[in-house]
Amino acid sequence: MRRSTEPLWWLLFAIGGAVAAVLMPVHILLGGVGLAAGWTRDAFAYDRILALASHPLGRLYLFVLIALSLLHWAHRFRYTLAEGLHLKASWLPVEVGTYGTAVVGVALAALALIRL
Amino acid sequence: MAAPPVTAERTITLEVMRYRPGTDEAPGVQAYRVPYREDWVVLDALNYIKDRLDGSLSYRWSCRMGVCGSCGMMINGVPKLSCAAFLKDYYPGTVRVEPLENFPVARDLVIVLDDFMRKLPAVKPWIIRAEEPPLSAGEYRQTPADLEWYKAFAMCINCMLCYAACPVYALEPHFVGPAALALAARYNLDSRDQGEAQRRDIVAGPDGVWDCTLVGECSTACPKDVDPAGAIQRLKLSSAVQWLREVVLPWGKR
Amino acid sequence: MGETMIPYRRPVRFAWWWGRRAYTLFVVRELTSVFVGAYAVLLLLLVRRLGQGREAYDAYLHFLTTPQMTIFHLVALAGALYHSVTWFALAPKAMAVRVGERRIPEPVITAAAYAVWVVASVGVAWIVLRG
Repeated sequence: MRRSTEPLWWLLFAIGGAVAAVLMPVHILLGGVGLAAGWTRDAFAYDRILALASHPLGRLYLFVLIALSLLHWAHRFRYTLAEGLHLKASWLPVEVGTYGTAVVGVALAALALIRL
Repeated sequence: MAAPPVTAERTITLEVMRYRPGTDEAPGVQAYRVPYREDWVVLDALNYIKDRLDGSLSYRWSCRMGVCGSCGMMINGVPKLSCAAFLKDYYPGTVRVEPLENFPVARDLVIVLDDFMRKLPAVKPWIIRAEEPPLSAGEYRQTPADLEWYKAFAMCINCMLCYAACPVYALEPHFVGPAALALAARYNLDSRDQGEAQRRDIVAGPDGVWDCTLVGECSTACPKDVDPAGAIQRLKLSSAVQWLREVVLPWGKR
Repeated sequence: MGETMIPYRRPVRFAWWWGRRAYTLFVVRELTSVFVGAYAVLLLLLVRRLGQGREAYDAYLHFLTTPQMTIFHLVALAGALYHSVTWFALAPKAMAVRVGERRIPEPVITAAAYAVWVVASVGVAWIVLRG
């Protein structure tokens, strides 16, 4: 297989897509729309969210959600860029710009969650 | 012999792309007015043009019943078999007839097929056996369920409407393409076949399934419900799982 | 034939996805990944602010509720929903599971995915709101 890593990125894209499909809507609803509307203002109090997020399962959950969503975006956007701007998906700047950004995000997420 | 006068008869206009190599720098459009008949397809109209109006028009066709795959064209911008596009679905509007998209034009509505004709045998679309059993072992037995498992992918008539519909093939001509990959799947999924490993390089290699972004227009265009998009997604998953096996168990049998 | 072929190669339109509904919807579908990625970044920032203390966190919440971010959240929610709906419709194409004589029909897998979606969403909401 060419650059035998293509299947890896596709697998991450596929699992990330499933995770995002199942979890993203409720998170945006609670933490975005709900906050603005005032429905979830109390639920997002500092102490409550810190307790949830710093629980070992909470850290794992958030890491999986953030990391897989970023990796899903990267692989998909790589091809959207290629098709939209008539570039090669294998052009290095496209690969670095997408996968590179996602990997940096995954690392930052890991760091931030470890330090909670 | 003069053509019968087209007077009170209803007519429909076809705008046909013309390209004469050596004479034309680039393709142009020629309009023809043909009789409108309820039961005519675009192919009938083209045959009327060639027989009565302009014998120089060139196009491919054969069975006129949607099984040979010869008469694929762009009809009002949509890839269709011209024998399956009924005039009554366009009347009284104009029907724009152009050669199949994403292929070079040889002349008028005739495209150059070479790219697909190269890719088709490359996926080894035949039963491959690791070892051939002796004749005395009898015929291969296959249940109806075994047949169902790959049957849809076997319905391909090589009409190439899917290549015309696929924007990935438009942008990346090296892409193996929907029909070739669907045929690879057809043989991989056939219980008699043992050749999956031999097709792996082209299926999972550069220009194979990973180029596909599931636009899905190939399956929409297909006149035989092959669902090449579905075939490619299944190949992606099986190729990815195969890759995992090779990475996690590199000493395992291929 | 003695003639030499001079094939004509038609150029691909730059905005090939504009003008054919199926292609335009495809691009819209693909762009939903941007909202998924963007919200992941917002979640990442939330975690960072949590780690930086109460004031930083509260300031971030205030930022999230500004009019611009509210509009973003509404658009992102629509994008995430479109991602989910198209994902559940298309993902089963990759999954051919043979049960006895037949393959599990794609709509059945889609329905199962919706069920998981509902259960997971209710679960997350419960944990965030009352857990």
